[in-house]
Amino acid sequence: MSNFASFKSLSRALFLGFRRDRGALFFTILFPLLFLVIFGGVFGKQSTGKVEVVEIGAVPVLDQAVAHDASGDLRKTVKLSRNDDRAAALKKVGKGDADAAVEQSGGKIVVHYSGADQVKSGVVQAVVQQVANSANLAATGRPPTYTVDGQRVEDKSIKGINFFTPSLLGWALASAGMFGASQTLVLWRTKGLLRRLRLAPVPIPTVFGARVVVSLGIALFQLAVFLLVAQLPFFGLKLQNAWWMSIPLVICGVLTFLSLGMLVGAWAKTQETAQTVTQLIVLPMAFLGGSFFPLDYAPKWMQVLSYVFPLRYLNEGMLNVMARGLGPTSALPQMAILLGIAVVAGGIAARLFRWDAT
Amino acid sequence: MTNTISVHGLRKRYGDVQAVDGVSFEVAEGEFFGILGPNGAGKTTTLEIVEGLREADEGEVELLGLKPWPRNSRLLPRIGVQLQATSFFERLTAREQLRTFGSLYGVSARKADEMLETVGLTEKADERVEKLSGGQAQRLSIACALVHDPELVFLDEPTAALDPQARRNLWDVLRAINTEGRTIVLTTHYMDEAEVLCDRVAIMDRGQILRLGPPAALVRGLDAPTRVSVASGVLAAEDARRLPGVDEVTDDGVSLIVETRDPSSVVAALSAKDALDGVQIRGATLEDVFLELTGREYRA
Ligand SMILES: Nc1ncnc2c1ncn2[C@@H]1O[C@H](COP(=O)(O)OP(=O)(O)O)[C@@H](O)[C@H]1O
Ligand SMILES: [Mg+2]
Repeated sequence: MSNFASFKSLSRALFLGFRRDRGALFFTILFPLLFLVIFGGVFGKQSTGKVEVVEIGAVPVLDQAVAHDASGDLRKTVKLSRNDDRAAALKKVGKGDADAAVEQSGGKIVVHYSGADQVKSGVVQAVVQQVANSANLAATGRPPTYTVDGQRVEDKSIKGINFFTPSLLGWALASAGMFGASQTLVLWRTKGLLRRLRLAPVPIPTVFGARVVVSLGIALFQLAVFLLVAQLPFFGLKLQNAWWMSIPLVICGVLTFLSLGMLVGAWAKTQETAQTVTQLIVLPMAFLGGSFFPLDYAPKWMQVLSYVFPLRYLNEGMLNVMARGLGPTSALPQMAILLGIAVVAGGIAARLFRWDAT
Repeated sequence: MTNTISVHGLRKRYGDVQAVDGVSFEVAEGEFFGILGPNGAGKTTTLEIVEGLREADEGEVELLGLKPWPRNSRLLPRIGVQLQATSFFERLTAREQLRTFGSLYGVSARKADEMLETVGLTEKADERVEKLSGGQAQRLSIACALVHDPELVFLDEPTAALDPQARRNLWDVLRAINTEGRTIVLTTHYMDEAEVLCDRVAIMDRGQILRLGPPAALVRGLDAPTRVSVASGVLAAEDARRLPGVDEVTDDGVSLIVETRDPSSVVAALSAKDALDGVQIRGATLEDVFLELTGREYRA
């Protein structure tokens, strides 16, 4: 008999089982979408406010301007930070983590900005120009002939939706993958389906392969739904050049979360245990792995902690190709890490695997 | 002729419980073999070791000349198994369930649908497995065991959840399958089921086979009395005791029961006294065999 025929019919059976499970449908498809609508709708529209400017070394002109910023307009518009490592500062701009880097040597001020975000780079240039002009004027010792009232520019560059689409999807995938795998494994074991399948002439990898393929199919469907919804004018997601890298990224992520779910399912004796443990992993992971707010704004300890969560790597890779507009290769390290975790977790799960509940 | 199953000296222990304690038996090709015993006797454990689901602590098993442990994929297509607990893929209909199981054995959808008909579930074909009654689920589980025409069929308490009518229907199905030449091994705690279906029965208790043989021979080999009962009041108990061949007499107010090893003389004597009102003659059953072997009443 053909393993492929078994594989096909098992996949079909498992897919039907999923499609008829209203709870699973809700939590896998609708619930995350609801989050996208809320987060994307409420926070997505909000501009991120300040432009972030990195000073490379000392930039006295800017520092003085901020120090004498009586009206506070400048501080409302610009968030200054300093990085003496020129290459690192430029890299930050390139990645979109900062909007511009400014360096000053004597009377010359250089603004490094990224062309990816024209509005913000425009703001930065205008601000620096204005600061320089004021400084020039002050240097002449004459009162200004004209005064400029600084108006905050409504920037539309990094919309929240660029962040929320990939990162909420990451949470949805982690949740669906881990719950799906752990529940299935425990249920099959406690209900005796595993032992029944053990007596059928089908290789066990075929059975689990079918389960994985169904999960991957569902995950790609989730991705498609998220991307389509987020691109509606109301949310206004714009796909970046390398967005298609999200497909292999999602696949790697799902494999990781399935492995982790299998690990929990292989270890847990009852469904309740599996459910609780999975929840205890998924929720903190979603928060601390950067699914609900950008890690860039998180405190340092949180950023460090985030590295233990597999979801962090999925989110990071997704943000690289979907929000930061980086090239396709920018997601490769994250994919490699995800696959590595999948292999290790899958290996442990296989060692813990039991056919029988007792 | 080689035996389809040969089991030798099986032992299996769970913690303090010696679930199987030195079980040996052989089953010939085409035989209908029963393992009969009360709950906890070790029937399921024995069967699961034979099927290759559990590893024995000690002992040898061969099925169709092959060892079932560890998982033997050459053997699996040739055996069909219904486990004591029904287990299905979630949220499939009866038809989808059976087709899926069939496909694992390379069986066509049409063939699977025929099997649904064989176990009388055609009307429930589109019902989800979760909605089936206990008996229907049991029948579906049996269909899953039979769908690929196995040479050797293992059924663990197949009629446990069935009502009397469904039980009888299933007996017919099992007899028909056995008549086709398939070997069947079933466990049951129903004495009548074992008597009616099985060519040979192993009576099991506390992990051991107490006696093994054709049901009729087991009963005959037993020196157990026949019970002749008549309506209470047609004859005084003292008079009954004086009849020829009587061992013991009891009168519970409803029936007068005479135990005898010579029922024909007793019936003739009762007839002579015109005391045959409501007569019933009950020979020994496997229940008496069990009582004799264990000294305990048989309680399933
Ligand atoms: N997996 C197990 N773990 C521990 N004890 C078990 C297990 N399976 C069966 N037993 C014990 O072994 C004995 C035989 O059980 P079983 O083979 O199921 O009997 P039966 O099928 O005749 O009812 C019982 O005392 C039962 O409690
Ligand atoms: Mg049992």
